[in-house]
Amino acid sequence: MTENAIALGRPDFDVIAAWVQPNERVLDLGCGDGSLLKLLIATRGVRGWGIEIDNASVLAAIGNGINVIQSDLEAGLSGFENGEFDHVVLSRTLQTVRHTQRIIEEMLRVGREAVVSFPNFAYWKNRMAVMAGRMPVSEDLPHQWFDTPNIRFFTIADFDALCEEMGIVVKSRMVLDEKGNTVVEEANFLGSLAVYRLASG
Amino acid sequence: MSTHSVGHVTAQCARFDEPLTLKSGAVVPAYELVYETYGTLNAAKSNAILICHALSGHQHVAGYTDPERIGETLGWWDNMIGPGKPIDTEKFFVVGVNNLGGCHGSTGPSTLNPATGHPWGADFPLVTVEDWVQAQALLSDRLGIDAWAAVVGGSLGGMQALQWAMALPGRVRHAAVIAAAPRLTAENIAFNDVARQAILTDPDFHGGNFYQHHTKPARGLRLARMLGHITYLSDDQMAEKFGRKLKNDAIGYGYGVEFEVESYLRYQGDKFASWFDANTYLLMTKALDYFDPAHATDGNLAAALAKATAKFLVVSFSTDWRFSPARSREIVNALVHNGQDVASVEIASSFGHDSFLMKDEQYHAIVRAYMGRIET
Repeated sequence: MTENAIALGRPDFDVIAAWVQPNERVLDLGCGDGSLLKLLIATRGVRGWGIEIDNASVLAAIGNGINVIQSDLEAGLSGFENGEFDHVVLSRTLQTVRHTQRIIEEMLRVGREAVVSFPNFAYWKNRMAVMAGRMPVSEDLPHQWFDTPNIRFFTIADFDALCEEMGIVVKSRMVLDEKGNTVVEEANFLGSLAVYRLASG
Repeated sequence: MSTHSVGHVTAQCARFDEPLTLKSGAVVPAYELVYETYGTLNAAKSNAILICHALSGHQHVAGYTDPERIGETLGWWDNMIGPGKPIDTEKFFVVGVNNLGGCHGSTGPSTLNPATGHPWGADFPLVTVEDWVQAQALLSDRLGIDAWAAVVGGSLGGMQALQWAMALPGRVRHAAVIAAAPRLTAENIAFNDVARQAILTDPDFHGGNFYQHHTKPARGLRLARMLGHITYLSDDQMAEKFGRKLKNDAIGYGYGVEFEVESYLRYQGDKFASWFDANTYLLMTKALDYFDPAHATDGNLAAALAKATAKFLVVSFSTDWRFSPARSREIVNALVHNGQDVASVEIASSFGHDSFLMKDEQYHAIVRAYMGRIET
């Protein structure tokens, strides 16, 4: 991990940074305080915009000098034309979105590629928790069941199946464990967080 | 007195003897612009912010003009501008100017036309947002300001900030476009026309030359303002503030003032008619109606904005139905389409279009954060 990604505690940011090129146009959905965009602008020289709904996050993003647009995700995308961005990023947020397929379709409409990261519900520690009778709480699923913003619980295998069903091409995939190390084998068992680079089929 | 006030301020006047050719082709042979300044212009002249006013605004943006009557003579955006305020006069040199055609000292319908010795009245040409920006640029030259750190405006003022960014891209580094729209809708123009008709059909209007008749179309102006005022508020806010409350305990089966809201509107209308010029009101509403930068690019707003190099802050308010958040979003989408820098916020506020003048915690924090990042 780069020092930036370590400082932010977001190993997936390094993966995303490796997939973007200088001067590309990047849209970060649910950009929070703009940490990812700030990293991509500083280390990769991209041109970035973010969409965020939360007041405190929008304020923080403006304080960070980020091109933040306050809007909910889906309304936020509807105003953009086809192919306006090189990459549209949705990091650790897909599991909170109700209209999963629609948001992925919209990302691939306005962007040449979509980058999606999400916690893998089938990570072995999560499986252990469920086997022990409790909903998992981990590095990548940090919330208790009663206060989680997550409404969709799915696994790497589930997401692969959805991509296939939607005719989406998985251009790259990186799977990380809880410490941010790359997982190569048995990804759906050993991986805590998955990062996908997607394109329309 | 607030410790965050710029204090006692006095307007200055800049006289221009070079004729100004307007968008309409009309020429104003010579004119004066009154303005106020707050804070100190730095040596590099890189910390200047221009505040553009809306329909009923003027050069007196912050501070007070009468130390004996501070409350009544506060500037119209005093909550936003001052030492330690979101637009901080300890960092910035802030300029407020009364636009050409105004009625607060700058040359306009109510000032004397040297050619006739009478007030300009109906002879004062219609001015546009483009004309205002042109005149403001000449004032900038006079003040020695090559480029504004920011041009800031709400409503019609936001249109001027947009126009600055498009027309004079090298002279504005940031544009704050607040509660504005890239052009008025038919509904908006319709409201403006009803307001104008109220003034134009007032028998005291005298074709715009009422000054010579020592009268003014106060009834028309009052109606125009009452109508406008309704559209600047929100349904929720009016329900909360007035509901169906009566002035007296029972209804009287007559046409006098019965409901609180009637009383309020008449008071606001009368107050406005006592200090504002009817010709200026007409002219300002026309400037609003005419503004349409995308007209020259076949309706393509992005193409119209493509020349801008400023970074943008676009702010809208949830209950503003006169300049709704969707209209601000048109500006934002066009800027993003062009790959331009823009931050955009939608403030949850119950005060309708007037929200942009109100002190709202999130709104002010956003402006403070944005202005705080501007390099001087």
